[in-house]
Amino acid sequence: MDFSAGIFLQVLMDGVVLGFMYALIALGYTMVYGVLEFINFAHSEIFVIGAFVGAEILLGLESSGALATLHPAFVILVLLFAGMAVSGLAAMGLERVAYRPLRGAPRLVPLISAIGASFFLQDFVRLVESLWRNTFYLTYPTLDILEKNLSLGMGVEVPLKSFLVIATALAMLLGLYLFVNKTKLGTAIRAVAQDPDAAALMGIPVDRIISLTFFVGGAMGGAAGVLFGLHYSLINPYSGFGPGLKAFTAAVLGGIGNIPGAVLGGLVLGLMEALAASYLGILTDGAFGAEYKDVFAFAVLILILIFRPKGLLGEKVREEGA
Amino acid sequence: MLKVEELHVYYDAIHALKGLSFTVAQGEMVTLLGANGAGKSTTLKTISALLKPRSGRIELEGQSLEGLEPHEIVRLGVAHVPEGRRIFPRLSVIENLRTGAYSRRGSTIGNDLDRVFTLFPRLKERMRQSAGTLSGGEQQMLAIGRGLMARPRLLLLDEPSMGLAPILVEQIFATIQEINREGVTILLVEQNAAMALAICHRGYVLETGAIILEGKADELTGNDLVRQAYLGG
Ligand SMILES: Nc1ncnc2c1ncn2[C@@H]1O[C@H](COP(=O)(O)OP(=O)(O)O)[C@@H](O)[C@H]1O
Ligand SMILES: [Mg+2]
Repeated sequence: MDFSAGIFLQVLMDGVVLGFMYALIALGYTMVYGVLEFINFAHSEIFVIGAFVGAEILLGLESSGALATLHPAFVILVLLFAGMAVSGLAAMGLERVAYRPLRGAPRLVPLISAIGASFFLQDFVRLVESLWRNTFYLTYPTLDILEKNLSLGMGVEVPLKSFLVIATALAMLLGLYLFVNKTKLGTAIRAVAQDPDAAALMGIPVDRIISLTFFVGGAMGGAAGVLFGLHYSLINPYSGFGPGLKAFTAAVLGGIGNIPGAVLGGLVLGLMEALAASYLGILTDGAFGAEYKDVFAFAVLILILIFRPKGLLGEKVREEGA
Repeated sequence: MLKVEELHVYYDAIHALKGLSFTVAQGEMVTLLGANGAGKSTTLKTISALLKPRSGRIELEGQSLEGLEPHEIVRLGVAHVPEGRRIFPRLSVIENLRTGAYSRRGSTIGNDLDRVFTLFPRLKERMRQSAGTLSGGEQQMLAIGRGLMARPRLLLLDEPSMGLAPILVEQIFATIQEINREGVTILLVEQNAAMALAICHRGYVLETGAIILEGKADELTGNDLVRQAYLGG
């Protein structure tokens, strides 16, 4: 390995792919935190559910022989929509069952409920898959077109699936931006995040807006799950742990509760991780190898938070009421 | 229009309202006076269903409000401009006003925006600015304007004069009077008793969660107890 520009470009590309994946997941943490000031630790499982929905549909299409006849773009759209719908509904149901009854309880209580829900969902997915397939380790069937390489010049070859992740993430982020900033429901989400009581006095049905927030955040996580499966292939019920933790970190890094912050935090973390994985060994003359990439990423995170405790784009999350 | 009967409200162990009863007639402007901590805000929050009473009844035009959620009460035509303004600081002025009209499905709100901008021309100049950057007086105008966007038949105002310079207070009170003349029934909570009694038809005096006095505004203005306790001698 050396410092060639080609390799650097390749590393950047890996970092951006990872970063967008983290960003999509981080949105779920940050949006829910925005309206409830609460970390939904089961969001990593919402992400996994999306990944499994995608895998099941793809495996079903493969075994029925339909996969070969359908247009891959169509298949990918179906996977994304299904993953988003199921994950969104799962997140909404989770809020209804595990969090809403605890509203008003001390802060630690819903947090513990979230951790419990996280374990429950992991083992629920495991149970369903074990009964259905006798295994809970799934492999995404390959879509040949996604494995095709695109040349970026300087000898850099990037598989189409990396562009798929980036393009999908950008489209979803744009959609989310327009929804949150330009629609009545999106404005209601922002109003509830800033002052739920005042929002209620404006005739905004706060509980329904909270449900909607879980749905939207969950859907983003579900899409990330499908993209994760398409890109990295191997999934199991516990696959959410790493990406979930990183995405949560990204949300904090960007300023929890802040939507653009989640995207920025995801990209920064993804890039640091990719750079560290490739260059830490060279820069430290082999003292620290690629296995230290997370240590490096989190060390940078801690440094940033020391100087900007509210995160890169963080501001005061909620004005205190009168 | 509004009838409150034997209302008891608690914050855990604190008995904040102790059997409160009062009425507001259609088209009337009524003030609820009382010192800090008397229970004025608690009363308005209970009418808006932000707080649930332990017992008692609240009726709006003969219909009980029991079991309704805050947003359902807005839909019945009650707007509540809360204490401390509570505008959404990171929404723009126009977005704040639009949230005020949230419960009005389908109908166009252009006329209502015009009406608010006529009452408060300053808001029109600052339409695209985020509300947190407004001055205190402008924020109060926005809070009232946002309440009007619901096109309420009953407007609950919680200390609209708080923290404002005297000249602004006069302007705000003149506007409130104008809103009432346009046919909106008003329940005004105030510590500034002199100003409130000057514009309202009737008033109630609240002390530690119970009504100790009620009457026409001029009767209350002439009452010795009111003069001593609330009008500074
Ligand atoms: N959130 C709360 N928790 C506990 N006690 C409260 C709360 N809000 C108000 N109170 C108490 O209820 C009483 C009435 O308060 P409030 O209705 O705010 O009075 P006012 O608006 O007349 O100043 C006071 O004794 C106050 O301390
Ligand atoms: Mg008060």
